[in-house]
Amino acid sequence: MLCEIARSDADDVERALDAAHAARKGWARTSPADRAAILNRIADRITANVVLLARVETRDNGKPIRETLNADIPLAADHFRYFAGCIRAEEGSIGEIDHDTIAYHFKEPMGVVGQIIPWNFPLLMAAWKMAPALAAGNCVVIKPASDTPMSLAVLMDLIGDLLPPGVLNVVFGHGSEVGTPLARSPRIAKISFTGETTTGRQIMQYAAETIIPQTMELGGKSPNIFFADVMDHEDDFLDKAMEGFALFAFNKGEVCTCPSRALVQDSIFDEFVERAVARVAKIKVGDPLDPTTQMGPQCSAGQLEKILGYVDIGRQEGAKCLTGGARAQLGGRLDKGFFMQPTVFSGDNSMRIFQEEIFGPVLSVTRFKDLDDAIAIGNDTVYGLGAGVWSRSVHNTYRVGRAIEAGRVWTNCYHQYPAHAAFGGYKLSGFGRETHKMILEHYQQTKNLLVSYDTHAAGLF
Amino acid sequence: MLPDRVVFTDRALELLRQLRAQHGELIFHLSGGCCEGSAPMCFRAADFRVGQQDVLLGVIDGCPFHVAVAHFRYVARCQLCIDVVDGGGDSFSLEAVDGVRFIARSRLFDDAEAAALAAAEPAPGQRQATTSP
Repeated sequence: MLCEIARSDADDVERALDAAHAARKGWARTSPADRAAILNRIADRITANVVLLARVETRDNGKPIRETLNADIPLAADHFRYFAGCIRAEEGSIGEIDHDTIAYHFKEPMGVVGQIIPWNFPLLMAAWKMAPALAAGNCVVIKPASDTPMSLAVLMDLIGDLLPPGVLNVVFGHGSEVGTPLARSPRIAKISFTGETTTGRQIMQYAAETIIPQTMELGGKSPNIFFADVMDHEDDFLDKAMEGFALFAFNKGEVCTCPSRALVQDSIFDEFVERAVARVAKIKVGDPLDPTTQMGPQCSAGQLEKILGYVDIGRQEGAKCLTGGARAQLGGRLDKGFFMQPTVFSGDNSMRIFQEEIFGPVLSVTRFKDLDDAIAIGNDTVYGLGAGVWSRSVHNTYRVGRAIEAGRVWTNCYHQYPAHAAFGGYKLSGFGRETHKMILEHYQQTKNLLVSYDTHAAGLF
Repeated sequence: MLPDRVVFTDRALELLRQLRAQHGELIFHLSGGCCEGSAPMCFRAADFRVGQQDVLLGVIDGCPFHVAVAHFRYVARCQLCIDVVDGGGDSFSLEAVDGVRFIARSRLFDDAEAAALAAAEPAPGQRQATTSP
């Protein structure tokens, strides 16, 4: 038994909405300086408790402690700081329509917003959604994933005294019992969802009934493109590119932007892939609380089953397994853990393992001839969330970067998530953005005051 | 005789019937995307609307089972066998509250099955996907 958590229902969602609506006007009237000060205090509290929160997150999700300590939790704190800064600098605008007519544009909070977060980065995804919504003056009702509720529960214990009552409300429970009543409530002014496509569609159908805006982040099948010139020299850059190939195993592949397709140029394919796969084979899978562990267990038994199902499909379709390809049996007390071997297949981009999101440490590798071929294969997917391009040539990186239909193209890097860079999808990966100050607009209404300073009648009647 | 595009194990069929007794008429939709994606979602029939961008893969014990056209393009090569595994999952799908989840295992159609399906016109989804006014 790791923890007990409330299994809430539709009545609890209503109570959370009651609290949020009671707090709505007061929070909206709180000055940006005061809201920012509170967000900074939240960030301070997170920073002061990094070790606690990292251990909670690792125990709940299985991600390695080295990552929760150095990425998930510090980044969560930084997102609160970032939006504290943004809201201080926020301005409306004034347009001079003519000499006597002025258009004032004010940015107003939307009111009470609903947020549904995934289990792969429980606290960081919560921070991505909560920080801009609170900064913009909204009250929040948020549902963490039922598989990973612990870190947000602990965070609320840590920061509960910092916010006025009702401003931030967490409802724990299952998607169908809590998520659905929240998403279809006429009492929310906006819904933000990260998850899979079918539930995303369901939530958009609800939003069509209540006529509210949505932001959707629904996953991807991101290409990671390696041009031949990465092997022009035996240097630090080549080492960095090799690591870039292995980054599909980051967070055990349970990342929406997992670079799960590697596209390697023909002329270096054999040597590059052989060396990169050898590096993948050295990934240390083990107890996520061990600071030397590089990859922990999958989040749930069902997740592991699904991943193994795709390994099976890959073999049936004729893809060649270059490393891994099975559950990792670690022996001892870890033997029943949901561990997966980091797995690399080579095959064709038309195969299901190249086209469907596996959400596990499974990489599908194929080859390309030239720049146009790389772009064509890279875009041959229904998704468009992330991509990576690796080359010593700015021509290659810029052309590919602009031509790939995805919301973020990491160039000679991957899996960096700074607050000041926009994140979101093209195509079936969804719409709207998270992180970067522009996302404040997703949590704001625009109020236009159109003012005449002319004292004369228009002369119409 | 065309091969079925989707079949249920006994355990999956039993769970379907339990859920229907509890919630009323159901609909299945094979999801894509992240987190709980690439798995069957089971909703109350009134809670999910399918349209021209969906393909009916089969009807299981009276319950329609759909997939989006965008995903059908690849899934079409396989027979999906829907099973149940223990271990919940953070899904909006109705069964998740009971600590179990539907999963889809795949079997690639053999050449004869694939040929039979290809010959049966129009293939599921192609009418919707390719017909223009």
